[in-house]
Amino acid sequence: MLKTHQLKAFYGDFQALFGIDFEIGQSETVAIIGSNGAGKSTFLKSICGLIKSPNESVSLVNSPIGELPAEARVRLGISLVPEGRKLFRSLSVEENLRIGGFAKRDGYWSLARVYELFPALIEKKYAPATSLSGGQQQMVAIGRALLSNPKLLLCDEISLGLSPLVVKDIYNALPKICAEGLSVVLVEQDIDAALKASNRYYCFMHGKVSLSGESSLAKRRDISAAYFGITEDQS
Amino acid sequence: MMEWLDMVIQGILLGGLYALFAIGLSITYGVMRLVNIAHGDFIVLAGYATLPLVTYLHWHPFVALPLVMLIMAILGYMLQTTLLNKTIGPDILPPLLVTFGLSIVIQNGLQQLFSADAQALQIGDLQIASLQIGEELAIGWFPLIVFMVALAMTFGVNYLFNHTDTGMSLRATSDDPVTASLMGIRAQHVYGVALALSFALVAVGGVFSAIRTTFTPSTGPISLLYAFESVVIGGLGSIWGTFAGAVILGVAQALGSKFDSGYGILAGHLVFLLILIFKPDGLFPRTRA
Repeated sequence: MLKTHQLKAFYGDFQALFGIDFEIGQSETVAIIGSNGAGKSTFLKSICGLIKSPNESVSLVNSPIGELPAEARVRLGISLVPEGRKLFRSLSVEENLRIGGFAKRDGYWSLARVYELFPALIEKKYAPATSLSGGQQQMVAIGRALLSNPKLLLCDEISLGLSPLVVKDIYNALPKICAEGLSVVLVEQDIDAALKASNRYYCFMHGKVSLSGESSLAKRRDISAAYFGITEDQS
Repeated sequence: MMEWLDMVIQGILLGGLYALFAIGLSITYGVMRLVNIAHGDFIVLAGYATLPLVTYLHWHPFVALPLVMLIMAILGYMLQTTLLNKTIGPDILPPLLVTFGLSIVIQNGLQQLFSADAQALQIGDLQIASLQIGEELAIGWFPLIVFMVALAMTFGVNYLFNHTDTGMSLRATSDDPVTASLMGIRAQHVYGVALALSFALVAVGGVFSAIRTTFTPSTGPISLLYAFESVVIGGLGSIWGTFAGAVILGVAQALGSKFDSGYGILAGHLVFLLILIFKPDGLFPRTRA
């Protein structure tokens, strides 16, 4: 459904991605793992439009979108749960959720369905979003992204800074989210959580894909090599 | 005693006019950190825009007002989207410089078109009509109308910000324009809406001000100063705070002029300076979690 072809990304003179070939199909969950600075977040930003690329290097259902700005891509069905949640601090919980629906796409997700998915948010709906606990804020960020009824949901480090118990709660919600035919890209540093939740994985290192494959067949040793770059013929 | 009460009431009513000047400035600063140095000149421009409608078409200024509001709002949107958006960024200097330049252009343009002669908008008997309360107190109808309109506008703007989708876009973009773009919100458009809103209020303030006193192409900067002082006294980013700041400024000026007619404006500046020294965040700053 979404493909990247030789995707490169730059911050000024600094090159962060060196030609990424990536593909995700309908209702597939794909994990992207890799260490800090491997280019995972940059990759998500290039897909959702916060970083623009040559038009042909990103395509959604075979139409090129690399030059479209983020506000146009969300209307095409690409939604990002940003790293660090990035909730709007002047908005209440419910407003933060509703603003996710401003892209005006029809679909399964509504305010009521998000509250069904994360019942903990119901009693906090009038509270300022930033007054919530980290886990609840993450639920708001996910709910906000779902309310745009995306075809492709990009999750950037949703487990970062959360207790293992809360991470488990959030990952438990994932199958319910995917049940609606949604494709999900999970960017994670927590390899186990990411592999368990995904069908396939890509491992990034220094802005390149160092390994990819079926998540269930992933071997620990290969991944550490691809993750840290420790191999016998290290260059 | 009655004289003092009279002065305070005059001051409060005058504060209504200053609120109309100030809330527009508060909005653009709050949403996009734009300090519009030409704000006062746009207030004057609204007066001049009304002049031909009144002089040649013989419209009542109050009838012309909605049209002038609409024209000014469109002008605001266009100005923001074509010019000022290019200046918005992490550096606050470019918008200051560009609007400073606009201020000079507007003042000289108006002088070229309308000459430097003082102009005024007439509303006939309403100008001097007053409401008698008891034996010693009288409140002018016109200042009262200005105050009530200012109050209604402040309610309206506050409602817009807190209870509408447009308001949510404005607040979200103010918080974080990048994340807002992920919601499908285009910051450039939202900034245009913010300046349109600001200019609609400027139009109301400008027309009322042009009825209250005479105006020339160079009266803009003093209006900007009152607007700026109101915003700082009230606290940045709070709409009701700005309204309160404008009323405090109006009362200070009225009480000052009670001592000596020349002290009015000075008293306003002194209150502003005292607030800057003792409460630099203003009296009602918006608290953020």
